[in-house]
This record gives sequence, C-alpha cells and structure tokens, in this order.
Amino acid sequence: MADLRTNFVGIKSPNPFWLASAPPTDKAYNVVRAFQAGWGGVVWKTLGEDPPVVNVNGPRYGAIHGKDRHLIGFNNIELITDRPLEVNLQEIKQVKRDWKDRALVVSLMVPCEEKNWIDILKKVEDTEADGVELNFGCPHGMSERGMGSAVGQVPEYIEMVTRWCKQHTRMPVIVKLTPNITDIRKPAQAANAGGADAVSLINTINSIVGVDLDAMAPTPTIDGKGAHGGYCGPAVKPIALNMVAEIARDPVTHGLPISGIGGVTTWRDAAEFMALGAGTVQVCTAAMTYGFKVVQDMIEGLSDWMDSSGYTSIDQFVGKAVPNCSDWQHLNLNYIAKAKIDQDLCIKCGRCHIACEDTSHQAITSMFNGERHFEVIDEECVGCNLCVSVCPVENCITMEAMEAGSIDPRTGKKVDPTYANWTTHPNNPMAVTEAAE
Amino acid sequence: MTQSNAAPDVAAGRLSDEEYARNFADLHPLLDPHEARVEADRCYFCHDAPCMQACPTSIDIPQFIRQISTGNPTGSAKTIYDQNILGGMCARVCPTETLCEQSCVREVAEGKPVKIGQLQRYATDHYMSTNDKTPYTRKAASSKRVAVVGAGPAGLACAHALAVEGHDIDLYDARAKAGGLNEFGIAAYKSVDNFAAREVDFILSIGGITLKAGQKLGTDIHLADLRSQYDAIFLSIGLGGVNDLGLENEAKDGVLNAVDYISELRQAKDLSSLPVGKRVVVIGGGMTAVDIAVQSRLLGAEDVTIAYRRGQDRMNASEYEQHLAQTNGVKILTWAQPKGLVAQNGHISGIELEKTRETGGALKGTGETVTLPADMVFKAVGQTLVPAVLNGSGPAPQIEKGRIVVDADRKTSLDDVWAGGDCVLGGEDLTVAAVEDGKIAAAAIHRALSA
Ligand SMILES: Cc1cc2nc3c(=O)[nH]c(=O)nc-3n(C[C@H](O)[C@H](O)[C@H](O)COP(=O)(O)OP(=O)(O)OC[C@H]3O[C@@H](n4cnc5c(N)ncnc54)[C@H](O)[C@@H]3O)c2cc1C
Ligand SMILES: Cc1cc2nc3c(=O)[nH]c(=O)nc-3n(C[C@H](O)[C@H](O)[C@H](O)COP(=O)(O)O)c2cc1C
Ligand code: SF4
Ligand code: SF4
Ligand code: SF4
Repeated sequence: MADLRTNFVGIKSPNPFWLASAPPTDKAYNVVRAFQAGWGGVVWKTLGEDPPVVNVNGPRYGAIHGKDRHLIGFNNIELITDRPLEVNLQEIKQVKRDWKDRALVVSLMVPCEEKNWIDILKKVEDTEADGVELNFGCPHGMSERGMGSAVGQVPEYIEMVTRWCKQHTRMPVIVKLTPNITDIRKPAQAANAGGADAVSLINTINSIVGVDLDAMAPTPTIDGKGAHGGYCGPAVKPIALNMVAEIARDPVTHGLPISGIGGVTTWRDAAEFMALGAGTVQVCTAAMTYGFKVVQDMIEGLSDWMDSSGYTSIDQFVGKAVPNCSDWQHLNLNYIAKAKIDQDLCIKCGRCHIACEDTSHQAITSMFNGERHFEVIDEECVGCNLCVSVCPVENCITMEAMEAGSIDPRTGKKVDPTYANWTTHPNNPMAVTEAAE
Repeated sequence: MTQSNAAPDVAAGRLSDEEYARNFADLHPLLDPHEARVEADRCYFCHDAPCMQACPTSIDIPQFIRQISTGNPTGSAKTIYDQNILGGMCARVCPTETLCEQSCVREVAEGKPVKIGQLQRYATDHYMSTNDKTPYTRKAASSKRVAVVGAGPAGLACAHALAVEGHDIDLYDARAKAGGLNEFGIAAYKSVDNFAAREVDFILSIGGITLKAGQKLGTDIHLADLRSQYDAIFLSIGLGGVNDLGLENEAKDGVLNAVDYISELRQAKDLSSLPVGKRVVVIGGGMTAVDIAVQSRLLGAEDVTIAYRRGQDRMNASEYEQHLAQTNGVKILTWAQPKGLVAQNGHISGIELEKTRETGGALKGTGETVTLPADMVFKAVGQTLVPAVLNGSGPAPQIEKGRIVVDADRKTSLDDVWAGGDCVLGGEDLTVAAVEDGKIAAAAIHRALSA
C-alpha cells in the first residue's frame, strides 16, 4: 500500500484529499463527519467579519444534468459563512484539538484593509488551525462588496493582501484564485510576489446555469429574478486542469505549491491534478452530490493506482506531467497519425462516418461492396481524432502513429523522423529560419 | 380414453374481478418521462440507421428518439406519424424483436436494443393525450372520390393519406365498428383502454373520411357499383375466412375459431361473462395461436397446450411471443398434428394428435398418437380471403394462392382498384405491413388521380 501522507507547505495530512471551503466545511458537525469518513483535511467555510452575511432564503443551487439526472455541473449563489465568527472559531478550535492528524485550514475574506486582516489572523491563530486560505475567488455577492473575486481580479491587491498576511501570521498562507480572469498566471505571480506559501485553484466560474423559459428568468429563480452564480463540479475540471498547469509551467511560479480544485470526483481526477503539479486536491461538489463516503474510493483508488504504477509516495508523481505540457507551436508537425477502426469492435452505428463526412475530412466509408462498412480512408484522414471522440465504443477507433519513413497516403510524402514545429515552418511568416538569423 | 365420463368443464367467471383486471392490464405500461429520457439517451442517433431500414414504414427512428431526448415529444410523434399514422397501435403490437429492435446496433452489440417500440408509444401517447386531432391539415378539395373497403389498419392508413391530399373518402366496413383486427383481433393486453377505437377517432379527425359501417362488400355493396361511383377503390378487407382442420366432430360444441373467440373477448364488457374451458388445446403456431392460448390462461383455464405440427423454430409466432406463452404457463407441444376430435354428448372432450416428422422437407405423420383431454379446442391454423365478395356483375381482380395479386404500387389487375394488407399476395400479416400497404397505395392513387 502506497504512502498517501502529504506535507503541503508544512501542513500534514494522512491523504491528499481535502474538502474545499464550502458548505461541507461550514460547521463542526459536517467536518467531524468528514474526518470520520476519512478526509485528510478541510478548508473551513470562509469566515468573514461580524455581523455575518446573509444568504438568500430561496434556492441557491442549480445544476446541469445528464439524461439520467447525473450531475455534470453545479452552480451556486451562496456567500461565505452566515454564522457568527465566534461560533466558527470555537468550533474550529475544538475540532483541531480532537483531530490533530488532519489538516485544518481556515478560509478568510475580510475587507481590503490591513487592520481587518491583522484582527482576523490573530483570532484564527488562537484556534491552532494549520493555516489560512485567502478567498480571492467568490464570484458573486462578496465581489460586489469589494471582496472575493473583486480582489482576485486585481493582481496588485492580491500581492498586497498576501504580503500583509505573511507579515502578520506565522501560519502558512494559501491564496485561492478565481478563474474569472483572462490569464491565471498573473494573479498567481502576484500571490508569489506577496510571499504566498501556496495557491489553490480554482474557485467557481461566473455562470448562469439555465433559463426558465416560462418565467423568462435565469435559474435558480428567486421571486422572478436570478443572478449569476459560480459554476463547479465535473464540468469545470478541464478548465481547472489547464489553469493548474499554466501556473506549474510558468517560470515565475514554477515550484510554487498548488492545491488543485475543480471537479475532482474520483481518484483519477485527483491523480491528474497532481500530475500537473497539485500537492493536494480539494473537493466540494462531489461531496455535496454523494456525501462524504466518496473519499473512501478516492483513497483506495489512488493507492491502488500508485501501487500498480510503482509509486510509493505522493511526491514521486506530483508534477510529473508538467514537462509534457507544451504549447501548440512546439508540437511536432512531423508526427503523423491515422485513425484505425477495429472491425471486430465496430457496431456499425455510422457516427464516425457522418461526423467525418459532414464536419471533417470525408475520410470514413459508410458502404463497402454494398455492405454497411466503416473504414478509414488513409488518403483523406488528417488524424484529427473526431471519430475517436464520437464513437460510442471505447477503443474501437484508435489513433495509430505512422512509422518514420513510410509514405503518408494523404500527402504522398515520407514521414520525416525529425522533429519540426511551427516556429520553423515555411508557412509561418514569422518563422525563425537560419537564413533570417 | 381418459376422463371419458367427466362432463366438459367450460365455465365463466373463473377468476375474481381483481384477477381479471391484473391479467388483462397493459403488457408494457407506458414509460414515465424520466424512463423515456434515459432510454432515449441510449440511442446513438445512427447514421442511415439500421432500425429505420428494418421498419416496414421507414419511421425515422433516430430522429423521433432524439426528439424525446430533447424534450420535444410532440415533434417526436409527428416524425412517427409522418411515416405511420397508426404509429400508436404499431408501438403496441409490432413484433419489434423481429423488426426495428432486431436491427438496432445495440441489439447486435450487447443484446439490449433501444426500446424503440416503447419510446414510440411514449411519443404517440403524449401526442394523443394532448391533442384531439391528427397533426395534418387537408389540402384543397380535389373533388375526387375514393372508396376504401375495409377499415382495418390498411384501410385507415390509406384513407388518412388520401384525405390529407384533399380527396373525399367513403370508408366501408362490414362490421359495426372500424379498426379491423386492431379492434377485434389483437390481444387484449396489447391494446388496453379502448385504444383501437380512440386511434380510429384520431385518424378520422383529419376530416373528409365518411365511415360507412355495417356495409359488407358482396352483400350490401358491390365492386362493380363502386367502380362506377368512385374515381378509385382500395380493397383492404383482410382475411374474412378461417381454415378448418377437416376433421370429424369439428362442428361439435367446444371447437371454436380462435379469431371468433378473440373478437368476442375484445368486445366483452365483462370478462367474467366469457366461458372458458378448464383444459384447452390450441391448434396452430402463429400469433393467433399464442394469443388465444395466453388469453385462455388469463381467463382462468388451468391447462393450455398449443399443438404445432413442426418444430418450435418454425412457429410464425416470434420467439418473444413464444416466451410470453411459456411464461404464462402455456405448454407448447411440437411435432404434433390433429388427427381426430373426440366428442361426448355433442361436446368436445379431447383431441387426438399424431406425432410428425419432417423428411426431405415433407411433413409426415409417424403413426404414433396421443390424446389430450380438452374442454375446448381452438383452431388457429390460418385465415383465408373470401374471394366471393369480390365477384358480382363486373370483373374481379386477379387472385393467386387465395390472395389478391398486386404490383409494387399495390394496384390490382383492375385499373382503378388497389388493394393492401392481409388480403393481398405477399402480405406479411402484420399491422405495420398493412399500414405500409395503405400508405403506398394512397400515394399511387393520388398520383393516378392527379394525372
Ligand atoms: C389474433 C390475431 C392477433 C394478431 N396480433 C398481431 C400482433 O400482435 N402484431 C401484428 O403486427 N399483427 C398482428 N396480427 C395481424 C394483424 O392484425 C393484421 O395483419 C392486420 O390487422 C391486417 O390489416 P388489414 O387492414 O389488412 O386487415 P384487417 O385488420 O383484418 O381489417 C379488415 C377489415 O375489413 C373488413 N372487412 C372484411 N371483409 C369485408 C367485406 N366483405 N366488406 C367490407 N368490409 C370487410 C373487416 O371487418 C375489417 O374491419 C394479428 C392477427 C390476428 C388474427
Ligand atoms: C455552495 C458552494 C459554496 C462555496 N463557498 C465557498 C466559500 O465560502 N469559500 C471558498 O473559498 N469557496 C467556496 N466555494 C468554492 C469551492 O470551494 C470550490 O472552489 C469549487 O466549488 C470548485 O470545486 P468543486 O468542483 O469540487 O466543487 C463554494 C462552492 C459551492 C458549490
Ligand atoms: S481522424 Fe479525423 S479525418 Fe481521420 S477519419 Fe477520424 S474524423 Fe476523419
Ligand atoms: S462510430 Fe465506432 S462503432 Fe460506430 S461505426 Fe464508427 S467505428 Fe463503428
Ligand atoms: S439502431 Fe438503435 S441506436 Fe441506432 S438509431 Fe436505431 S434505435 Fe438508435
């Protein structure tokens, strides 16, 4: 059994699975149940100053479902904790005392004044929590009060607040980033410059989850009106993965610890975040959908996968995929692949054909000798992977790399064994050619 | 001979009211909206879909399933009706396991086809419960008049399509009620809640169709007269006669034509008033044999046997139907043909069956016999066309092998007479095939009338 213990910026936990700051971590009751279920750590639901905020008294969640009501995306207009600060602090203190081996990080959001941060940091230190997470991400409600993503969208503010926090506390400071920004590297660089111990991302994405066509209002609808909320759950994972990778690859922030968040639902999702550089992952929607028990398979699945892949500890694979994250312009243009259909697996639905025929390169037959038959025409196939994406049978269509030296029937040219990318391509007006140099 | 002294046990009211209700409830209850969406999501929206090719009426199956999936069941029903105005009945009675669902790529791949029939029912039921008219409007009146004789699925489909084109139709039927075997033949548990009659109303709602019930061709009306009164004729009279066993005692009490009994059952206001034998033997191997056997069981018969003269794989009833029979406790005795009927005091008391064997394609009795006690014997050995109804003062359409000969347009040997459904040669004895015949003939008639 692999060792799942993590030490994230000095915060230790028995496994890398933390609950993100959200309803699952809003009270001692929930957090204790989470720890009992096996969660390695929690980031307590974001604390603010008294008087506490209030939440709407109507629906605050909305969802995108698959046909069998499978929850694909989740939307919320909840604010930070609506309980008095003192109540939260006392519970945090008690829980930490009872669960020493678990990570307990406290999420914070107060107005952008140094004094306010000093005050709250002091109070959190008294609880003996393991660290703080600065919530610069909440996209609704709080941002309208100059907090949350209103701070997270201005790198100068991030840097400033981070610096205050680092000055005024001995606790590790994690900066939670908002994805509602064009270039995620900028806020990460700012957090880094301010001395952050780590960043965590992503918080939720601005979203309208749907429109009620009878009421002609966004959903969830509160007395006839709706407001944008924050999107999360499985649907946002690709966005989050990219943002994590961007930060991991950026020379300025490379090596800055990352806690990966966004759509983590299974051990595999977690492993993917970690391969892209996340030292821990945080989970909200999966827990809110299925309850705390989901962590059991996350732990077991990750451990089994590590065993079968020969990893004995987490740090052996954290960040391992980062060097393979490249940019389009550096991809090898001499690499040629063709789709190949396994006729034994093919169930003859014809989706590959119609997709390629209508929207791609007319490279798949539908008939052969008067029979329904789907086969790739190598002369036409550009290797785009569309057919693989739409085929309902897993592994029925595969992309096969062409061997160097063989002739690509599409171009009639030999497959070049060397590496060549766009930067040197003759069609690139800005190509770096030796002559021009 | 066994049971020689026992009086025949034929009785009504063998079951309680609840048992009748349960036994004759919907075979496949309507999917609820969630089930329908989940099932619809299983469809791959195949290109040039094999299921669609297997549907005799070429319904655009991927399209209608997708419309259920997108939350547009009304549009879905229209897609179905565009090809098959009796889509509602077909959804209930089609042997989908040998038609669309057999060809579904998911049947081929995993033995679990998309439930096309049940989805079709979902869409058409939705339509009929939210609309009281067909989705079509008639084109401008053509002033052409067409006589459709026989208001079963073939006649109804033909009449509706012609009415849409603006022609006026007189729809004749010998019976007091339209619907043909939908109303009088299909197993009760396949068409509950008076669906056949509701579908007839739905079809007639197009307008321009005048139902002339109780008008029998050959008796009340005659082909030659119709030909002089109408611009075109469509014959869809089904098969009015039944084959006999040709055995002594066939006229004795307790020997019945399955179709007659089923027709009575379908019209019965109170199932407990229908007498059924305690021990029932059915002769035949098709859908009718299965239906009468199963329904006898459901009426409370204790011991029901289907005797078929060949092997089970040769039965015309589909595998699914055979399975349905067996799960309802019907015994299927194969390689057995009727040799004699035993009667006592004017009532049947048993049937003697001879074992058979097939050698070089020819079926022969082996001489070995067995006698089954029976309080009722049902004959389900095929229906026949009664060609006499076509005769009269004028020429009759050409008949071959006891069926009306038609070309690809369903035109008979007479220039202004078309025919379709069970009464024509090459018919498949399926509701959906009858609908397709009606559709094809309507298109041909319309072309002829517009020429
Ligand atoms: C017991 C039974 C069960 C069946 N079950 C199924 C099933 O589950 N699924 C399936 O697909 N198929 C089934 N079939 C077959 C299906 O019912 C027929 O193929 C279909 O009804 C044929 O349609 P049709 O319009 O040609 O004839 P019919 O439905 O027979 O309609 C003919 C109409 O013509 C009328 N008629 C007859 N003679 C005259 C006349 N001389 N003058 C005026 N009117 C006349 C009749 O009254 C009737 O209304 C079953 C058949 C039977 C007998
Ligand atoms: C209902 C709800 C409330 C949330 N509240 C907070 C919060 O108070 N503070 C915070 O930093 N993030 C909050 N989040 C964001 C989550 O912590 C997390 O970043 C986001 O949901 C993405 O992870 P997921 O895809 O696992 O849900 C909230 C999310 C949800 C769904
Ligand atoms: S890889 Fe692209 S071009 Fe090639 S067959 Fe598939 S869809 Fe067509
Ligand atoms: S999409 Fe896949 S299963 Fe369907 S025809 Fe193409 S290769 Fe076969
Ligand atoms: S064959 Fe099956 S999966 Fe394909 S379109 Fe038809 S019902 Fe759908």
